[in-house]
Amino acid sequence: MQDCRLVANDIACRRGDRILIRGLSLTVESGQIVHLAGPNGIGKSSLIRILAGLLRPYAGTIERIGALALTDERLALDGHQTLENALGFWRKIDRASGSVADFGLADLLDVPVRFLSTGQRKRAALARIAASEAPIWLLDEPLNGLDQHWSCMAQVAINAHCNAGGAVIIASHQPLSIERVQTLQILDYAA
Amino acid sequence: MIGRLWPVFVRDLTLLSRGAQGRGGAVLPLLFFLAVAMLFPFAVGPDARLLARTGAGVIWVAALLAAILPLDRLVEPDLEAGFFDQWALRGFSEEALLLSRILAHWISFGIPLMIAAPLSAGLLSLDAGQLLTVEIGLLLGTPGLAAIGVTIAALTAGLRAGSALGGLLAIPLTVPLLIFGAGSLQPDGEGGLALLAACSLVALAVAPFAGGAAIRAGRE
Repeated sequence: MQDCRLVANDIACRRGDRILIRGLSLTVESGQIVHLAGPNGIGKSSLIRILAGLLRPYAGTIERIGALALTDERLALDGHQTLENALGFWRKIDRASGSVADFGLADLLDVPVRFLSTGQRKRAALARIAASEAPIWLLDEPLNGLDQHWSCMAQVAINAHCNAGGAVIIASHQPLSIERVQTLQILDYAA
Repeated sequence: MIGRLWPVFVRDLTLLSRGAQGRGGAVLPLLFFLAVAMLFPFAVGPDARLLARTGAGVIWVAALLAAILPLDRLVEPDLEAGFFDQWALRGFSEEALLLSRILAHWISFGIPLMIAAPLSAGLLSLDAGQLLTVEIGLLLGTPGLAAIGVTIAALTAGLRAGSALGGLLAIPLTVPLLIFGAGSLQPDGEGGLALLAACSLVALAVAPFAGGAAIRAGRE
């Protein structure tokens, strides 16, 4: 996997009239995992969207080398399609060649996405991101809705991605059990 | 870029013409278009001369209303489901995505209307010459209707009561198309077709940029 790098310099984030975050800088490189931690409403998801380039920061700059993949609460999979076709759509766009990491989805491939449970949807989103071959993963609450087993498996997959030279930023209010993770308390940057 | 956009276009076309996820498909606007053409003779009576004189206008009003019908499912569901965000991350420009959607929308409503137009013409007792002008007019005008429709769908996506507002916004913007489209059927009205084509081209040129800006602004 090519070297990747995501640098945020002195970011401030404003939602409506409120400034949520101020003066946040972070660097993530190949093989690193950063955990954005903090209570609900502190600005984790907004920060993820800023890092993804979907939201303009109120101040500061973002530099990036390498492609991005994002999962958030929005699945971006067609509800009426079978899981196989819904994931296949993104595989076609990403021109992904590897097999879909299964995340226990092998038996669900012929089930329409709208019939999947919350945890199964989350796993489908992770499978989409794993198939995208992008080195930088931005994960917004990736463990929400997953049971203990799959929460563990998801973290194993995240760890494996970093071992392969990827970089991961995880926004989550839940503690992570990955060893090498660096935790960034967003509360320290709250305005 | 075109190669990567192809799966997106195929998906747009399948969703808009076959209908899924609360999207009615191409049949709904088509039936609506025919229903208006069917209702009109009931309302004004079966006088063939009156029908022939007003029929072309009715066809254009019906086409306009049929174009408004699918507005709320053109952009909103994909925005809601996060598709536009995922495309943006992959480097697709909103303009290219909307252009694909305009084309798909046009194929799924403009072409069915052109196929249904002879039937409507029969109901409204238009003669062959008038029908030909209507068909040429629809060919030139429906791309403009599709472009305006997609722009408005992008503008109103995410707003409460967006679908009602979309219909209201579309009507004034499509008036020029209606005037030149229906006007081309008046005696010596052939110039209307050229103006119709001009309106369509302007709408097509502006729509992807206006709609793309609307989607980006909606992210803030």
